[in-house]
Amino acid sequence: MSYTSEMWKSIRKVEATRQRRLQETHPRMPPRGQEEILKRFHPDYVEGGMRELLVGPNRGDRTPNELADLLEGRSHIDAAAFDLERVDYECDILVIGGGGAGASAALLAQENGAQVILTTKLRFGDANTMMAQGGIQAADKPNDSPVIHYLDVMGGGHFTNVPELVEALVMDAPSVIQWLEDLGCIFDKEPEGTMKTIHGGGTSRKRMHFARDYSGAEIMRTLRDEVRNRQISVLEFAPVVELVMDDKGQVAGAILLNLETGDYSLVKAKTVIMATGGGGRLHYQGFPTTNHYGATADGLVLAYRVGAKLAFMDTMQYHPTGAACPEQILGQLVTEKVRGLGAQLVNVEGEQFVYPLETRDVEASAIIRECVERKKGVVTSTEQQGVWLDSPMIDILKGPGTIQTNLPAMVRQFGRFDIDMTKEPILIYPTLHYQNGGIAIKPDGSTDIPNLYVAGEVAGGVHGRNRLMGNSLLEITVYGRRAGKAAAQRAKEVELGELTLEHLQDWEQQLQEADLEPQIASPLLLPDYTRHTRPVSKVM
Amino acid sequence: MAEELIPIYIMGKKYEVPPSLTIMRAMEWAGYKLIRGAGCRSGFCGACATVYRIKGDYRLRIGLACQTVVEPEMYLAQIPFFPAEKAIYDIEELKPTPEQLFQIYPEILRCLSCGTCTKACPQEIDVMDYMADAMKGDIASVASKSFDCIMCGLCAARCPAEEAQANVALLCRRLYGKYLAPKSQHLWERIEEIGAGKFDEEVAKLKSMGEEELRQRYKERDIEPA
Ligand SMILES: Cc1cc2nc3c(=O)[nH]c(=O)nc-3n(C[C@H](O)[C@H](O)[C@H](O)COP(=O)(O)OP(=O)(O)OC[C@H]3O[C@@H](n4cnc5c(N)ncnc54)[C@H](O)[C@@H]3O)c2cc1C
Ligand code: SF4
Ligand code: SF4
Ligand code: FES
Repeated sequence: MSYTSEMWKSIRKVEATRQRRLQETHPRMPPRGQEEILKRFHPDYVEGGMRELLVGPNRGDRTPNELADLLEGRSHIDAAAFDLERVDYECDILVIGGGGAGASAALLAQENGAQVILTTKLRFGDANTMMAQGGIQAADKPNDSPVIHYLDVMGGGHFTNVPELVEALVMDAPSVIQWLEDLGCIFDKEPEGTMKTIHGGGTSRKRMHFARDYSGAEIMRTLRDEVRNRQISVLEFAPVVELVMDDKGQVAGAILLNLETGDYSLVKAKTVIMATGGGGRLHYQGFPTTNHYGATADGLVLAYRVGAKLAFMDTMQYHPTGAACPEQILGQLVTEKVRGLGAQLVNVEGEQFVYPLETRDVEASAIIRECVERKKGVVTSTEQQGVWLDSPMIDILKGPGTIQTNLPAMVRQFGRFDIDMTKEPILIYPTLHYQNGGIAIKPDGSTDIPNLYVAGEVAGGVHGRNRLMGNSLLEITVYGRRAGKAAAQRAKEVELGELTLEHLQDWEQQLQEADLEPQIASPLLLPDYTRHTRPVSKVM
Repeated sequence: MAEELIPIYIMGKKYEVPPSLTIMRAMEWAGYKLIRGAGCRSGFCGACATVYRIKGDYRLRIGLACQTVVEPEMYLAQIPFFPAEKAIYDIEELKPTPEQLFQIYPEILRCLSCGTCTKACPQEIDVMDYMADAMKGDIASVASKSFDCIMCGLCAARCPAEEAQANVALLCRRLYGKYLAPKSQHLWERIEEIGAGKFDEEVAKLKSMGEEELRQRYKERDIEPA
């Protein structure tokens, strides 16, 4: 039994207020109130959660402690001893990361005449993309337009977004949906062909396209299949541990680690596309996360070491609704679509306390306030706090069976732990979800570092300080395609010089000059969840 | 409150673990750093397919290690990789017909309708049923019934006819999405409008707008009712 008797008492209150709440809309928070609640309750503002970077292009900028330690980590590679004469793979374009951005980039790069290798840390498709449930935004309905989409994106990002990047995002959106459909992605539609679309937090039009609640999986498995059909070389369990430069200051390849044998190999590439996704597995401030096992911010570390500038690294997205009960799925995502379909957030007394579709940062802050300050949270058997997401409302509002049809993944996930979300509310609390910022890019996915292109969650600037739901699946396809194309064009004209790892020696020196003696080797590659009761043998 | 530990067997070796953990967490608790066999950790990627047996019971059971809680006397083995046949095809060249399906995956017709796959599926998909539809060449039905497939490979691992059910289903979904799904008129129209530059001027105006004005526009935008 997942719910305690205290929790059941609260559920009775939720049921008692439900009929009345069906008629009630909680008012949206005024802008002033939003700013205040963010400052007081959002984890980005928690005292001591971040520190200033001491070395590198973002010296002086703040970022979470856990990330700062990795950005200022030492290399896994002994630069002086590594043999750069022996090249194991050569290609026009090395795509790093087997998620949606990487797959899109690989396809477009190949279409534009490049010979591509895609390398990834786990299996191809073990990625945040696979887990996206809610959907993808595109302004393709008659009552909508890229102009309105633009406004929503900017507002969601608190007007900090890079305008050119937003423009590309919203203008490419409809053709990206078309591209996906052409590859065989299925979107939910009305029988005569109109796309089904719903609201997401911060949208002013219903423009969220979806594939049941397996939107990301549908996109990922289709793109992956296409990459395989086109016989693009894919290397699995082969994460990049360092970028390689040439003597002209261009990125010229990478060093891969075979996760199973421990061997390194060297790839020489005319251009490199970084598509390594986010960093939820760094568990900032101890938060649980929705991210996949390999989300350890590696791309930021790799790019930082060759001198790429990062943008908006002091803002992380905490998804308002992570599972808070049962313990076994703590932090896993409860898609925003549940609220999009009409479920309200209510406290221990069964009362609403926030409009259900505020932007995520505001929504998460309101939940934290409800639990921490107002003490109106619900407490589980493992002392986890949370508030109710009143899912049964959906079937009452939209007709019986709506939850089962629209949210099969959610129903299944809770059903595995004997919680029937069609009948009982589910308990949620914010969870670390998305890296709003990342490597600063231009509209073609290029960076200030010659031959280095970037796409997807690892990039920064598109969403400013806060991403809206559905704009990330959009970003990875829009910018994956753009980076793939631009990198392929660039590869045609690149002349590589001598390969070098001098940047690693420079890096060592910079660390020394800043009096840093990093204990951690980075990138992290995988989080360590193992438990050992004695020091572990070095034999293995 | 200390939890009682329970015995489980990971690839034959005994470990004592807390009973509230998932199989995946239990392996980590026992000291395994997972490389294969862990992806999303949320039941979406199929990386953690696990076959197990409970001591004293001859039946083999299946589950996703990230979604299944340990039980006492569990004997665990992971199937992080299963070499199922994946045909190579050019989706542009295909036709959404039964013949096409059988040509690409002729083994579809060898299905024995034994139902083992359905019993093996952690997503509770009636795999045998969609394979029966595949035998009939009903692409739309396979696409719909197989939609929640996470391609974990457990059905293929247990199939006596060596079917690659998940790949058959994937082909059907792609054929459906590309050729059979009703077309979206509004999508085409919007793409044409964008191509014709209909929104260029207004977007350019927003791009060069000062923050105060933009904020104002944002605040005043009308919101489509839920
Ligand atoms: C649970 C969940 C639900 C979401 N829902 C939505 C939604 O509904 N709508 C939406 O728009 N967005 C959603 N998002 C966000 C969105 O899914 C991601 O931001 C997006 O898919 C990221 O794509 P990506 O290709 O950039 O990264 P990923 O898909 O994460 O892919 C990155 C890849 O790089 C690999 N990699 C990492 N490090 C290395 C290395 N050192 N070397 C080689 N490879 C490496 C990883 O293993 C992975 O395969 C959701 C995210 C999560 C986690
Ligand atoms: S297990 Fe194989 S043979 Fe048996 S029903 Fe399933 S697909 Fe057919
Ligand atoms: S149909 Fe087969 S591959 Fe797909 S989820 Fe079920 S068992 Fe796994
Ligand atoms: S790790 Fe992805 S399904 Fe279990």
